[in-house]
Amino acid sequence: MLSIDSLHVTYGGAVQAVRGVSMEVPDGKVVAVLGSNGAGKTTLLRTISGTLRLHRGRVESGSVRFGETDLASRDPAQTVRMGLVQVPEGRRIFGRLTVEENLRAGGMGTRDKQAKARALDRVHEMFPLLKERGSQRGALLSGGEQQMLAIGRALMASPKLLLLDEPSLGLAPRIIGQIGEVIAEINRQGTSVLLVEQNATMALGVADLAYVLDVGEVSLSGDARALAQTDEVQRLYLGHESGTDPGAAAHVPVTSGKKLSRWSA
Amino acid sequence: MTQFLSLLLNGVSLGAIYALIALGFVIIFKASEVVSFTHGSLLLLGAYSIARLSEPIGFFPAVLVGVAITALAAFLVERLIINRLRGAPVISLAIVTIGVDIILLTELIRRIGSDILNVPHPWGGGSFRIGDVGISENRLIATIVAAFLIGLFFLAFKYSSWGVSMRASAEDGETAALMGIKQGRVSALAWVVAGVLAGVAALFLVGSPTPGVSPSAYTVALRAFPAAILGGLDSTGGALVGGLLIGLAESFAAGYQDQLLFLGRGFGDVVPYIVMIGVLLFRPSGLFGTRELTRV
Repeated sequence: MLSIDSLHVTYGGAVQAVRGVSMEVPDGKVVAVLGSNGAGKTTLLRTISGTLRLHRGRVESGSVRFGETDLASRDPAQTVRMGLVQVPEGRRIFGRLTVEENLRAGGMGTRDKQAKARALDRVHEMFPLLKERGSQRGALLSGGEQQMLAIGRALMASPKLLLLDEPSLGLAPRIIGQIGEVIAEINRQGTSVLLVEQNATMALGVADLAYVLDVGEVSLSGDARALAQTDEVQRLYLGHESGTDPGAAAHVPVTSGKKLSRWSA
Repeated sequence: MTQFLSLLLNGVSLGAIYALIALGFVIIFKASEVVSFTHGSLLLLGAYSIARLSEPIGFFPAVLVGVAITALAAFLVERLIINRLRGAPVISLAIVTIGVDIILLTELIRRIGSDILNVPHPWGGGSFRIGDVGISENRLIATIVAAFLIGLFFLAFKYSSWGVSMRASAEDGETAALMGIKQGRVSALAWVVAGVLAGVAALFLVGSPTPGVSPSAYTVALRAFPAAILGGLDSTGGALVGGLLIGLAESFAAGYQDQLLFLGRGFGDVVPYIVMIGVLLFRPSGLFGTRELTRV
């Protein structure tokens, strides 16, 4: 469905944020992208959603294709119309707009009134709270509720592929669990998901496939469950000290580019 | 008392016209993050077009065409200049609009010359009286039309798709873009609306008690500027309140000129700026401007 092929992205012509990343998001699957700060996760999403230019970033080489279409020169509005919708990092709900207006704003990309009405029903069903608090300003919702609103707002455009940028950011563990369930439910209803996360426990829990980005390159990839078992992911992202010597954690049953460590590139 | 009521009424009517212009400033600022100094010349363009066209095509068609010309000019400024400079610093954009303003203004002054063009308002120069309290018919109609347009604007701003898109992209442009809201379109539409409002304001500004279209109509837009600023540059409600405040202040200062003689003649002309400075000293972001509302 979405396929990225040896993508290179730079900012201001100098900073290489993504270096030769290739990945696939198959139809109907949840794909997780893990990585620490500065790994290139957000840049990857910006490239897909077409907001890279707003940040003075540039695709140097490689391609991003959605189905048959090359996404290279699309603007964000066209991307949304094609069925790719992003939930931005930090939720970014419109605090001065009411909850209802936030949802309306989410549907601005499509003209199909019926599709919008269906999407609104679906969002209200999935998040009854958004219906209850429809006339309140977005800024008055709690962090978790705002994340639900941000997801609901994106669903208003009836996406084929939903891009989520760190939905767990700054939320309590219980809420993060709920968000994991929501993602699984959205996927069950037929939407593919690309989930960018630092919270590996949640991400690997819902994902079918996963990629680990390290300083702009894919360092590990494969089946999410298998990846969760690897020592490297255990040690770096899941917080388990499995081996005393990190150098011994070389047994990786997945396609691994190179060894992963905290400090070296 | 009669004088007071008269001045009050005239102040409100003047304020309604200022509010039309100030609303234009505000929505342009919200949509394009530009402080538009082109408004003075747009206003004059509207007045000039209406005055010149009234003779050949009749008054009401001239009003329609004149307002359309003003809106078109605003649209072109946005498309040809502002849209291409998106992301440029606010100061550069403001200075660009000053440049556009000077060019347009110079051309209009050249065309108008030293004449005062007459706009043949069908309602003429008569005045409407309740007892001893009077207001020129032109201003009365202006107040009604302005109230109608402002009401319409606020309804659209609150409920229409354009209004929601506009408020969403004013609050967070990048996120609005991620929702598929086209910023270029939102911004262009804001300029068009501002152009229409300026055109309508021009129509009434050059009627009684003002003698007709002369380059001095330009300074009126400059007085609407403090109205927008003191209301808070990003608040549409603020533009309305600011417009009324400035209109009232100007009307009273001019009306009680004799009592205020120690301040010198023509005090009414500077009052808008004094009010603005007074408000900003205590509320730096204007009466209703945003200080910071987001919560992360």
